[in-house]
Order: sequence, then C-alpha cells, then structure tokens
Amino acid sequence: MPQVFDKAKTWWTFFKISINERLVYRGDFIIGTLMRFLPTLTQIFLWWAIYDAISTPGTADSVEGPDQDIQGYRYGDMVAYYLMVTIARAFSSMPGLTKGIAEQIRSGEIKKFLIQPVDMQACLLMQRIAHKLVYYLMAALPFALVYWLCGDFFIDGWPDAETLAVFCTSLVLAFALGFYLECTIGLVGFWFLEVTSLTFIYMLMNFLLSGHMFPLELLPEVPVNVRAIVDFLPFKYLAYFPAAVFLGKVEGAAMYWGLATEAAWVIFFIVTSRVLWFRGVKRYSGFGG
Amino acid sequence: MAVIEIKNLVKSYRVYQKTEGLAASIKGLFKREYRNVEAVKNIDLKVEEGEFVAFLGPNGAGKTTTLKLLSGVINPDSGTCSVMGFTPWERRNEYRRRFALVMGQKNQLWWDLPAAESFRLNQHIYGVPADKFNVTKNELCDLLDVNRLLNQPVRELSLGERMKMELIAALLHQPDVLFLDEPTIGLDVVAQHKIQEFLKYYQQERKTTILLTSHYMKDIEALCKRVVIIAGGEIYHDGSLEGIVDKFSGDKIVTLQMSDATSLGSLRGLPNVIEVEEPKIKFRVARERVGEVLAGIFKSHSVDDIVVEDPPLEEVISNVFSAAEEKKHSSTGAARTDASSV
Repeated sequence: MPQVFDKAKTWWTFFKISINERLVYRGDFIIGTLMRFLPTLTQIFLWWAIYDAISTPGTADSVEGPDQDIQGYRYGDMVAYYLMVTIARAFSSMPGLTKGIAEQIRSGEIKKFLIQPVDMQACLLMQRIAHKLVYYLMAALPFALVYWLCGDFFIDGWPDAETLAVFCTSLVLAFALGFYLECTIGLVGFWFLEVTSLTFIYMLMNFLLSGHMFPLELLPEVPVNVRAIVDFLPFKYLAYFPAAVFLGKVEGAAMYWGLATEAAWVIFFIVTSRVLWFRGVKRYSGFGG
Repeated sequence: MAVIEIKNLVKSYRVYQKTEGLAASIKGLFKREYRNVEAVKNIDLKVEEGEFVAFLGPNGAGKTTTLKLLSGVINPDSGTCSVMGFTPWERRNEYRRRFALVMGQKNQLWWDLPAAESFRLNQHIYGVPADKFNVTKNELCDLLDVNRLLNQPVRELSLGERMKMELIAALLHQPDVLFLDEPTIGLDVVAQHKIQEFLKYYQQERKTTILLTSHYMKDIEALCKRVVIIAGGEIYHDGSLEGIVDKFSGDKIVTLQMSDATSLGSLRGLPNVIEVEEPKIKFRVARERVGEVLAGIFKSHSVDDIVVEDPPLEEVISNVFSAAEEKKHSSTGAARTDASSV
C-alpha cells in the first residue's frame, strides 16, 4: 500500500508542476481560447447563408433564423451543434501530443523514462489533465459569455438530468479516447521516426469523420453507407457523439450503446498504446540509442 | 565484489546506408541497405566500489554506448553486465532508484520552470523522504553555489548554471553509481573547474562509484586515477593516467636556455627540434637517450637552464587514438574473428 501512496504523490506533484508550467504561458492561453471560437463563427455564418438560400421566399425569418430543416437540424440546432462540438473538442483535442511523443523518440529524450523509475504515459496523462483543467478554468468565463449570448439557438432548452449525466460521461471518455488514440499514433514513432504524415491523415479523418466539420447526419448513405462505417469508427466520439447526446439526437438505448462503444474504444487504445510502448522500447533498446 | 562487472559485452547498430542524390533516395524507398556498426565489441571491465573511472576515446569509440548499456537504455547483442547485482537492461525500479545518468548535451529539467520544481518532482519519483531531501538539496546547492538561482526558470540559466542544476537533480536520491557523459561539454574554463571541484569533493565525501566520459583532458587529470581508453569499440588501455604516458610515449621534451644566442647555432641542426626562440630551444628526445644527448651538449655549449618534461597529455592521447584507429582499420579488413579474439 505505501508504494501506491508514493506513486499517487508522484502523480500529484507531476500534476501540480504541469499546472505551474501551463500558467507560464497565460498570454498564449487567452489568445488560444478566443481563437477557438473563430472557426465556429464562420460556420455559423455559412449555415445562415445555406438556410437562407433554401428557405421558401416570402416566409418571415424568426429570431432563430430561417425556418427550414436539414436532416432534422433547424438553423438553431445547427448553431447549437457547433457550440457543443466546440465543448467536446475542448476535451478530446490534444494539441502537440503525437508530435511531442515522436519528437522525444527521435531526439532521444525518451531515455529519461527508461532511466528513471517513472512511467511515461502516466506522466503525459497527468500533464494533459493539468493542462486541460487550467484551460477550462481560464476559458470558463469567455465560454459562459458566448453560450449565454447564444442561448436562443438552443431551441429545446436544457436536456434532462439523465441526458446531462451521459453527456458529461461522454466528455470524460472523449478526453481519454483522444489521449490514448494520439498516444498510439505518437508511439508509432518508434518504428517510423517521422509521424507527420500519419498525424496529417489522422487530422483529416478527425476533421471529416468526427463531426467537427458538419453533423454526421449529413454523410451520404447511398451509394455507400458512409454513415454506417463512420458509426463504427472511433472518431465520432471525439466531437459528434457528446454534442448529439446533448441536443437529443441520440436517445434511450442508442445513447447508452454509444457510451459503451466509446468506452470500448478507450480500452482498445489503452491496450494498443501499452503494447506499442513495450514493443517500441524493446525495439529502441535493441537498435537505437 | 565489484560494483560494476562487464563481460564480453557486444553491441552493434544497424545503420541505413544511403548514397547521395535523388535516384538513391527513391531506390531507398523500396530497398534499403544496412551496414552493421559494431559500437562495442567485447568489452570486459570491472569497477570497484568508490572508484572514479574515466572513459577516454575518440568520437564514436563506444563510450556513450557503454554508458547507455550500463544505464539500461539499450540492450546488448551478447555478453553480460551486472551493476550492484542488477542487470541494467531489465530496467527494474530497484535498480533505477540507485543510479543516475547525466548527459552534458541532454536536458532533464523542466525547461519553463524553476529548477526547484524539477527537484521536487525527482524527490517523489525516487521516493526520497522530505527531511532527507531537504538536507541533500541544501547541501548540494551550497556546494555548487546556486541557491539564488533556484527560483529562476531553467531556460533563463546559463549553460554552466544549468549543468550544476542537472547534477543536483541527478544526485538528490543519492545514487550509489553515477554515470557522467561529458558533463563539462561547452562550458567555459571557470565553470568547468567548478564542476570538477564539486565532483572531486562529492566523490571523496560519498564514495560514490563514478564513470565519466569527457573530451577535456583537464577533467580527467583532475578527477580520475583510473583511465580506460576505448577505441573502435574495444578497451585499448586500462590503468593510471601516468601509465598512459609511460606506455604510449617514449619521448621526453627537453627545453634548454642557452647563455647566449651564438651557442645556439649548431643545435639548430638537431633532429626533432620543436621550436627555437632565442636563446631557447625545445626538442624531442627518446627517453633512454636523454642523458646521453644532454651530456654531449654540455661538453660544447654553455647552458643556463634545463627543463625535461613529458609530452603534453593531449598529444599522447591523440597518438594513442590514431594508433588505435589504424589497428582497427587493419583488423576489420582482414578478418572479423580476429577482432573479437584480441
């Protein structure tokens, strides 16, 4: 037991130090937070134009915008969707994680974790949690302001407590999924050294298939049922799923089934990244140095 | 029992061979040629507790590879190694808590944070009790005179200051074995000297077993009684520093100060004159002939002062290195089996 206690203390210290490290760059942080909303803003305007174009001429626009629906999304839903995706991505996106791991492997900094009695992935996880918490703390106010201003777009109001609980769980899992997925890609660096192209492919997939770009309902079902394929992939849990839960697009059994699938993907990537780490270290110590 | 015991250690790397040019790069996409580089071949070494041993050798001789093997970063191809009874490449936590590796070119501290935070983290990583940690930290910080720098971000420290912090970070858990890979690289003379003094004092106090690699002869002269010369992945010499001079240099350097410039005349014709700076002359003589040559000169010249000294260590070492290189080239071409039996 005392060993576990020691470990916990190590992680706690690591966590505190990571927070301190993060606070060093407060200027960068504030700007980063504000910039996060810029793409969302362009998307809001774009969809405004689209809904405006397809709305029947002559009908007066309501406060929520043109009164049309695309795949079940009214204009307000669409804006709300992007706002919720922004929240989901605040959990699941891991800027610099993949690149950082690959860079450590290439530069040999990874040695630190072979020499010291400490686990690299656990260190990185602590660091990430710390960074995210600092981020939420600093972004809380601007986020709250934006969502308050945009309150009218949430046509159906707040979801019930059950949905809210599932939504929160899906966010935590989105964080874990993002972390372990990017870790896995980064650890491929043991074999390839350069993972930029892999990262690029991942970014592209993430962009299109996670629901970051548009709600996944818009994906075609004929001639190939892309939606079904995407439903099977892990990407949608990084952005689409939490937003869809919040907006009531996924309900009942489907909601829990989605949550379970998300958890399964998290476990899958935890195991994969662990295997890659052990095999990678073996290979590194065998060939490299 | 020896603290470190290495037997028949062999480690080779596979290096991707690429010839220059675009065509070769495209070819490399499909078929790659690799060359085996034997970084360490057949090293045997025993180090007793409390010894301060220097690894000396040209770039690429296998010094760093040996340290990496000892600290468990890499696995060997064959051979055994035991450090305090542990096999390093098993990377057991019990072992990792008892040694430290400091690399002069690598940074282990948190770049954006004060060194004090990195120290705190190491305390927990290595599980050092708080009171012991404070005592050790204060002692080390006093010795290296860095107390006023503890709360400054590491990135704002000078190279010398950072190196001091690296050393402290590595010593906080009071390792029994310390590996230092070029700890004074890139430092100015003053900083180098400070680090040397510190290491010397620390080693005498704690009796830590230390293995050091360095390119600075001054480091080694100041710190290590025992020198292991590694060249071409093999141990070329293992013994005292003076022993190297005796073994690898048969010459002495003689400097004569003549009473006047005219008596210098005929001496200019001596073989192996290094420099003439009237009325001084400096030349090289085989050790066993020093007496004979000087007696001859005294007969016909008037000499004011004589200095007879060993050639500079740098020169001796550089001769050793080139001799070792030559040996390596002649043996690798002929037969590889020879190399391992030497």
